[in-house]
Amino acid sequence: MTDTLVQVENVSKKFCRGLRRSLWYGMRDLSSELAGSGNAGHAALRPDEFWAVKDVGFALRRGECLGLIGHNGAGKTTLLRMLNGLIRPDCGRIEVRGRVGALIALGAGFSPVLTGRENIYVNAAVMGLGRRKVDARIDEIIEFAEIGEFIDMPVQNYSSGMSVRLGFSVAAVLIEPDVLFLDEVLSVGDIGFTVKCLNRLRQLAQRSAVILVSHNMQHVSSFCTRVMVLEKGAITLDTEDAALAIDRYFDLVRHERQVSGTGAAQVLDLTLQAGAAPLAGTAPIPRGTPVGASLELEVGAGCPAAEVLLYIHDEAMAPLVCFPVQDAAGRSLLLPPGRHRLDIPLGPLELNSGKYSFVAVVRDPDTHTAFARVQGLHPFRVFSDATYWGRIVRPAPTTHEP
Amino acid sequence: MSANERSDMSPPVVRVYTPESPLRQPVGMLRGMLADLLASRELAWRLALRDLRAQYRQAALGLLWALFLPLANTAVWLFVQGSGIVAIRDTGLPYPVFVLSGTLLWSIFMDAFNAPLQQSNAARPMLARINFPREAILLSGLIQVLLNAAVKVAVLAAALLFLGVVPDWQAAFIPLALLGLVLAGTALGLLVTPVGMLYTDIGRAAAVAMQFLMFLTPVVYPAPTSGWAAELFRLNPLAPLIQILRDLLTGVPPGDLGAFLSVCGAMAVLLCLAWTAYRAAMPILIERMSA
Repeated sequence: MTDTLVQVENVSKKFCRGLRRSLWYGMRDLSSELAGSGNAGHAALRPDEFWAVKDVGFALRRGECLGLIGHNGAGKTTLLRMLNGLIRPDCGRIEVRGRVGALIALGAGFSPVLTGRENIYVNAAVMGLGRRKVDARIDEIIEFAEIGEFIDMPVQNYSSGMSVRLGFSVAAVLIEPDVLFLDEVLSVGDIGFTVKCLNRLRQLAQRSAVILVSHNMQHVSSFCTRVMVLEKGAITLDTEDAALAIDRYFDLVRHERQVSGTGAAQVLDLTLQAGAAPLAGTAPIPRGTPVGASLELEVGAGCPAAEVLLYIHDEAMAPLVCFPVQDAAGRSLLLPPGRHRLDIPLGPLELNSGKYSFVAVVRDPDTHTAFARVQGLHPFRVFSDATYWGRIVRPAPTTHEP
Repeated sequence: MSANERSDMSPPVVRVYTPESPLRQPVGMLRGMLADLLASRELAWRLALRDLRAQYRQAALGLLWALFLPLANTAVWLFVQGSGIVAIRDTGLPYPVFVLSGTLLWSIFMDAFNAPLQQSNAARPMLARINFPREAILLSGLIQVLLNAAVKVAVLAAALLFLGVVPDWQAAFIPLALLGLVLAGTALGLLVTPVGMLYTDIGRAAAVAMQFLMFLTPVVYPAPTSGWAAELFRLNPLAPLIQILRDLLTGVPPGDLGAFLSVCGAMAVLLCLAWTAYRAAMPILIERMSA
């Protein structure tokens, strides 16, 4: 089955920044709509408006899973809402064939006062599924959600994980869509449940066309057969090579440089060596490449001694690796006042694909007072063909005897 | 049998979204409206059941709250009239009967008037994220209004019996007249819903306007017989609705049936127009909601 289920042609959608103006435009759109002229009359931007989605086109066949990635405000959700028929495009045309299933607002229509069981029926009805269908499969839903005896308790007493699991299960068990929309639904629940969801979605995906919006590159890498990168509403990359798109996504991550500390020391420069050569431009570093850092710094005359630590942070600025700079004997390397250049071997780069940057800290060895702390230094990307679940990826060659 | 089960056998549904207004294709739009109305029955029932259950499970006094406001209003007017602060012309009925029936009927009308905007606003999170027949929201509100109205009329009938008013055979027409009242409330309420969902001013302004309208309707005092006020009462389309219902309830020969029927007809037309507008407006309103 290779029929085209989703056809998107030159679709654009504009949004307004300010609330007051937005409401006023809404009012004007409303009146022109009721006069029968629709959105077609004003395809141009009005003051304070911007293109949330601009000139997007693609076709999706059964069996394909399209990942939509991009940073916040890139237009992913807006595009999905148009595909789902919630809002109309300002330009272009969208055609969707077959039954549509959307796992977007999990647990829609849940009332906190009602029991889990009652809410299953409400939620199913919102998705257009009747009582008889639910009756036949309610045990399966409860089992999938791992709710057990709590099913007859009011939903307001559920933990947030439980209500999300219940919401997902109702949809996951009941829908049999031709076209499936997923918006960040997998980033909920514990990992055991997420794996179960992924497996269920994989089943559904085999006979449908799927569009997945996610910030989780592991999901995109393991789930999608095709990935599109959205930037400011426009598609800047549409490829079947998920690794390429993910690298592009990370390329768009900005690491802001931020300096703090007493100012008694200064970090002057950091350069990277990948393999044997200095790292050129913004090229990504293949995972596993041995890297070295060259750090230039100046310790002020007021400091009797200073020690240096280098960190690698991920795109959320969470520290991943710490390199305490040591001398040959394994003690902290103490620097006297003056200008220094340190060549620090960092070993093979075993990080999962992503965007990272360095943090350099020069501090007092005794009181740990930071003389200088610079974050967002030398952002770099790690490229690999597959994105894994770990932060650190170390392939393990194993001898195996049958 | 739900719409979904039937669609298993029918050829795949094709949905096309373009910037063009659906009003440009009236035939397609009408077909969509009727199909969605049919498809929304089960959901509407579920939502109504959900709201009613939630409402009464969390309120110790349950149904009594539906009666509280009209009864309080009645008490106020009985006091105002009884104490002689305001002199009210002879109503042709004992005043408690007149004012109790008036305020209860008016509260039914107000329930119907408020329901579309209230229900749509309460369903915002769902509307913004899920594509389901929007008619379900309205239908669910209507079910709740009708159930509440049935309770109110039952209580009213019991109270009238207690006050010594015995209805006659024409009481059989009460449900029909009640439908007319709810129809008018729904039509007027739905008319202001699209703009009301954008600007909260509308909801507040409507509440004030309705307060005025109540005093132009024979709710707590009878219609004046002469002067410009009498002219206003004559122009008020709600006057015949309330008056006929009160006549039916109290066994008085019903007044101007022609006026009642023409108001119902006009309100039915208005309801269809408002429904069409609501449907066409929905994507534009959702655009201005946060996802």
